[in-house]
Formats: sequence, structure tokens, C-alpha cells
Amino acid sequence: MDFNLTKEQEQLSDTVQKFVARQYPFESRKAILKSKDGWSREIWAGLAELGLLGLQVPEEHGGIGAGAIETLLTMTAFGRGLLVEPFLPSAILSTVLIRELGSSTQQENHLPKMAAGELIAVPAHGEPTARYELAHVSTSASRDGDGYVLTGEKSVVLHAPSADLLLVSARTSGSIDSEAGISLFLVPRDREGVTLRAYPTLDGQRAAEVRLEEVKVSRDALLGPEGEAFSALAAAFDVGIAALCAEATGALQASLDATIEYAKTRKQFGQPIGKFQALQHRMADMLMHVEQARSMSYLAAVRCTETNAKVRGKSLSAAKVLIGQACRFVGQQAVQLHGGMGMTDELMISHHFRRLTAIELTLGDTEHHLEKFMRSEGL
Amino acid sequence: MDLNFTPEEQAFREEVRAFVHQGLPPEIRRKVLNGVPISRDDHIAWHRILGAHGWGAPSWPTNFGGTGWDPVREYIFEEESASSGAPRLLPFGLRMVGPVIMTFGDVAQQQRFLPRIASAEDWWCQGYSEPGSGSDLASLKTSAIREGNEYVVNGQKTWITLAQHADWIFCLVRTDPRVKAQAGISFLLIDMKSPGITVRPIITMDGGHEVNEVWFEDVRVPIENLVGEENSGWTYAKFLLGHERTNIAGVGGSKRELQRLKNIAASERKHGKPLLEDPWFGARVAQVEIELMALEITSLRVVSADAARKAPGPEASLLKIKGTEIQQALSELMMQAVGPYALPLQDEGEAAGPAYAPQLAATYCNFRKTSIYGGSNEIQKNIISQWLLRL
Ligand SMILES: Cc1cc2nc3c(=O)[nH]c(=O)nc-3n(C[C@H](O)[C@H](O)[C@H](O)COP(=O)(O)OP(=O)(O)OC[C@H]3O[C@@H](n4cnc5c(N)ncnc54)[C@H](O)[C@@H]3O)c2cc1C
Repeated sequence: MDFNLTKEQEQLSDTVQKFVARQYPFESRKAILKSKDGWSREIWAGLAELGLLGLQVPEEHGGIGAGAIETLLTMTAFGRGLLVEPFLPSAILSTVLIRELGSSTQQENHLPKMAAGELIAVPAHGEPTARYELAHVSTSASRDGDGYVLTGEKSVVLHAPSADLLLVSARTSGSIDSEAGISLFLVPRDREGVTLRAYPTLDGQRAAEVRLEEVKVSRDALLGPEGEAFSALAAAFDVGIAALCAEATGALQASLDATIEYAKTRKQFGQPIGKFQALQHRMADMLMHVEQARSMSYLAAVRCTETNAKVRGKSLSAAKVLIGQACRFVGQQAVQLHGGMGMTDELMISHHFRRLTAIELTLGDTEHHLEKFMRSEGL
Repeated sequence: MDLNFTPEEQAFREEVRAFVHQGLPPEIRRKVLNGVPISRDDHIAWHRILGAHGWGAPSWPTNFGGTGWDPVREYIFEEESASSGAPRLLPFGLRMVGPVIMTFGDVAQQQRFLPRIASAEDWWCQGYSEPGSGSDLASLKTSAIREGNEYVVNGQKTWITLAQHADWIFCLVRTDPRVKAQAGISFLLIDMKSPGITVRPIITMDGGHEVNEVWFEDVRVPIENLVGEENSGWTYAKFLLGHERTNIAGVGGSKRELQRLKNIAASERKHGKPLLEDPWFGARVAQVEIELMALEITSLRVVSADAARKAPGPEASLLKIKGTEIQQALSELMMQAVGPYALPLQDEGEAAGPAYAPQLAATYCNFRKTSIYGGSNEIQKNIISQWLLRL
């Protein structure tokens, strides 16, 4: 057992933390949220320059081919600063999918650009009736000459409005809930038949409902073997869950820090409110949640690349459950201990609260993963 | 012991139900039943409809133009109104300043202010909290200095709910800075149109404009707007807080929200079946429902005790804590019920996903306030420790 980081990992962590602290102060973030796209191309370019967009990209395609620990460190720093750039859908989920499923041409065409920040690709997978079931795909892909025609609806597609490329899951065979028969397609967002209804989300990100009406794609839009995308999707989403868990840890720690700081400075009844034992115990509980969450973010990072899907899935579900509960408790208590100030849009704490709430609802909520954990076979 | 309502009370319930069904504008009803925020005009419209029927002041005695209902009838009225989709009558005039003026005000104040509260002509807001004085309200600094027949008021109030619509604000102000904090506070009624008042919005995390800062700069207030005696304001404020807290249990509203949650969970599908039938989710709904059943009886017990004693005691703290925990749990379950569709933040009408999904996350965020305002839940527990546990 070894919890130490390598020198390079420590350096990376340090660099990302400094970048976030310098480039992403709360005031700048506010301006970014208000901008037209809702995120910053300048920051995106900065992330590319630091090599972070290429964390998951192999070296031969212009990335740094780093491991899960580097992603953990990066996402933890992002969680503290609450970055709203499309890192999770593009630099993690889509990058992993193209890397794992793509032909060498597809990899060559997309990964270098993604690493350089020139191409944004997001998965368009969830559907209106899917809830959190990964295998629930009703969007259809039927053969059409040498290519395919896609029809269906994708829901809450994170960062679709800014995406150049959508990774659309569609059924080439099988019933709506079956794992077999799901295929992935690379679809340019401006392709005829693709329409978006965009909106902001609870946590200040952007997303859209994506409608596909007889969208024609050629055969080389198919990503990986026909009908066999499920296991790669599950693997990529587990890497995504690990990233989310790391992000949550950063946001949790930031919420706890801000609360402690507030409790030391806010005075009522002639003393700092941090002197009240009821609140001290509450903050002690928060700390325990944060530390347990951190441990699970490590487990998630280490296990998300495990090839045995059952071992991997069970650990990732465990991490998501524990971290979801931490998000809920720490988020709610952070607001509570700030009193009225915790309710305002003006303070960062309510932004952390909203992101923590959203994280619990992303890539499967606590209940979904609790059930998944319980139903998975013993390790 | 009999936990059933009497036949007369049942008949009264029918009467309320029939009146609300016939009198409530459908558009307001639709908003309330779907958790859509209610506008200023909606509030006033509904209150005036009730007023025209003689029900403008359900909690008041008849000699002040109220209905003279006993607490049980008042309770039935609230519950039926809530379940039929009527907006909750705002407490600031009816539940807060009204009873204070009735109990401690002079006849001139009673004649001047009370009828206009019952008829919804005046909108009141509550000016207690200050930036430095939230839980420790007695430390408030807004000063009122006597000059001839006027007080000159200077200072800042904050978190004032719906002050942007208010005609009047009732304030706790410091009239004597030399004595013990509680002993130097007075209760003043201030016209919001007075020169020197500035209202600034505070935007909450759900994007709403519900609370405000209210600034006072040399605001001149006639001495006839002082309620009761100078420097006795703290006594009146404590009297009022009890009234605020009973109201805050909100059993009627929570029953309605529980029904809404069940409707949503019955429409949502998990593993191809209604979410409400899912043992994981269904059990959590049941848990809240059971808590609510208990709270209903507990609050009726407190209400009946009040009927004999007339002023709500520290038991009100228990209702406030449980009531708000249930409200928060319901808002959380509703948000979680819609799964990924909780994330889109949007206005009504342009909904992504099912029509009931927008607003749910915003309401969840907004409802974090309930354990903070009206005396935070920590402060309520301090009250329970001190007055019920006698520790
Ligand atoms: C949406 C909303 C609407 C409101 N509307 C009104 C209004 O219309 N009029 C009005 O006058 N006010 C209003 N308030 C203000 C409200 O009453 C205060 O926010 C509340 O009293 C808490 O004060 P504070 O915000 O200053 O928090 P603080 O008093 O600073 O408290 C911060 C934290 O410390 C805790 N704490 C404080 N003292 C103790 C203690 N002794 N022991 C243990 N814990 C303690 C609190 O519980 C809280 O968790 C509103 C507030 C909100 C959020």
C-alpha cells in the first residue's frame, strides 16, 4: 500500500491548483457564467497548454497518456474552483470512448485536436425515459445503403451547445433495455436533422435536449464494432464517475474550508459562531464525510481502469454512493452554517452547494448506485 | 380522546373546500399545484376574494374584523386551502404585526391598520434582521432617536421578504443604547414611501428575488407609529415569534406537496414500473408521510393547548423544526424523482422533460431557507433545550 504521489504527480497537482487559483477566481467565474457560451475558450486553451486536455490521450496522438491518478488530481483542483468548461464530457468521456473504440483513422482524426483544445466532443447518450439506466437506448440506427440513419431523442446532453461532435448512442439491434445492440456514432453537431434545445443547468453549466431526425451518417461514423458499444460505454462512464468523485472531493473540501472560515469570523451573541458546540460537532461530521469521500475518490481512481467489469462497477458504485451522501450532507450544512448568507447567489458557497447537488444527480444518483452495488455479485 | 374531527368541523371543512373550489382563480390554482412561484398580484387577488367573503383574517377575533374561528377551524381552513391549491396567506400582516397591534397597539392604530390588513390593502414586511444581528436579534443597531413628535431612523435591515412590494414595514429599532440590549428596543411601524428608505434586492441561489436589504437614512417616523411603550419592543417581538412559528409547521402545504410528490413518482418510470412502486424510492416517500402524520397530530395538540392558553409556547419550536425538515425532505424527493431532468434550470413552458420537472431543483435550493429563517433550527433547539428540557 502506498498513498504517496510521484514527483511528477505532485508537480502536476501543484500546477493545476495554481492555474485554478490564478485563472479562476470567483469573480472571473461569475463573468464566465454570464457569457454567451457559459464557459471560457481562453481557459480551455490554458488547459490545453498545460496538457490537461490530453491527460487521457495517448502520446502518439499528441496527449500525455497519463493515468487515473493525474485525472484525480486535476479534477480535485477543478472541484475547488468549480470549473464549468466541458472537461468531463469532452476530455474524459468522449476521449476515452474514441481512444478505446476508434479505428486508428478515427483516433488520428480526433484525438490530437481534442488534446489541443480545437475540437469538443460530447457523448449524447441519456434519453428521456432512461433515467440512469446505461443500457436503455431507444434511438435507432438503421442501415441505409452504405451508411446509417439515426432517429431519436437524447436528453440533458451536457455541453451539447458548444460541441463540434456528438457521440450518439443508437440501437442497431435488440430490445430497448438490452446491452447488446448498442452502437456509437460520431455525428457533427451541425449535421442536417440534428436540432438542439439549449438551457443552463442547476450548477451553471450548459446542456441541451438533442433531437435526431433521420440523420444520415456514413459507415465510417460508426465508432467501434456495430452493436457492441455497451461495455466500452460502461467503462468510459466509470472513468467519468471516478472523475466526478474527484471533483466532488475538491468541492467538498472547499465547502468545509469556507464554512470553518465563516464560523471563525461570523460573530453572534458576542462570540464567533464556531464557539458553539452544536456547530463544532456539525463541522466535525462534515470533516468525516469529506475524509471518507476522499478515500473513496482514491478507490474510484485506482479501480476505474480495472478490466474486470464487475470488480470495477461495484467499486465505482460504492464510491458514488458514499460521495453522493457526502455531497448532500456537506452541501446542506455548509449553507445552513452560513445562515442567510448561504442562500445568496453572491457567495461562492451556494455555487458549491449547487454543483455538489448536481454531482449527486449525474452519472447515476445515490439510490441508483446503492441498488447497483447491492445487486452486483460479491467480490 | 378522539382524534377525529367533530361533525361540525367536518361540515366546516366541506364549506371551505366548496368555497375555494368556486372562488379561486384557476390560473392561481394551477401555479400553486405545480409549485410555480406566486406573483404579488396573485397574492392580493386571492386575499381580496377571501376578504369579500368575510374570511380576510382567518386567525383574528371578530371584534377586529376576523372570522373568530377557533384554532382547529383555522387549522382546517389552512389545510383545505392548501390542498385545493390556494396560496398561503402571507403572514407578515395577518400573523405578525396584526396580533401585535391587537394586543399592544392603541385604538387609533387598531382602527387605522387592522382593517387594511384584513382587506389586503396594505402589504406588510418584517424588518427585524440586520447584517450583524440574525440569530442574536437583540444586538440590533438600527437606531431611532426621538426628535419632537418624530423618531429619526438610521440603519440597515436585511433579508426582508418581499419588501419590494411592501407598503409598510414593522421594525425593531434601538431607542436606548445605554441599557441591556433587550431593554432598549422599540417596535415601530414605518411607511415604506417615507423619504430616506432604499430597498435593494438580494438574489438567492435559485435566481429568485424574494429578499431585500432595506436601508434607512434619516427616515422620519411620527411617534404615533410606535406600538405600545418605548423600549418594550423586545417583549412584543417574542410574543410575535411564537405566532410565526406555529404557522411555519405548514402541515397543510406539506400534505399538498406530498400529493404532488406521489403524482410525480407515479408518472416516473424506473425499471419499467412507476417509481412510486419502487421499494427504494417508495420507502423514502412513506417515511416522510409517516413523519407528517405524526406532525399533524403534534401540531393539533399544540394548537388545542393554545386555545386554552392563548399564546404559543416553546412547543412551537418543535413544530418549526419538524415542519421545515419535512418541507425540505419533500422538495428533495421531488427533485430526485425526476432523475437527470432535475438538472435543467428553466422557466415554465419551455420545459425539457416532463412538464412538472422545471422548478423542482430551484425549489429544493430555495427551501434550504426554511431551516434558516424564522429563528434557525439550531436556535429552535436551543429554545427546546432551555425551556422544555430545562437544561
Ligand atoms: C429566505 C429568507 C427570508 C427571510 N425573511 C426575513 C424577513 O422577512 N424579515 C426578517 O427580519 N428576517 C428575515 N430573514 C432573516 C432570518 O431570520 C435570519 O437569516 C436568521 O435569523 C439567521 O440569521 P443569520 O442569517 O444572520 O445567521 P447567523 O445568526 O449568523 O447564523 C449562522 C449559523 O449559526 C447558527 N447559530 C447562531 N447562533 C447559534 C447558537 N447560539 N447556537 C447554535 N447555532 C447558532 C445558526 O443557526 C446558523 O446556522 C430571512 C432569511 C431568509 C434566508
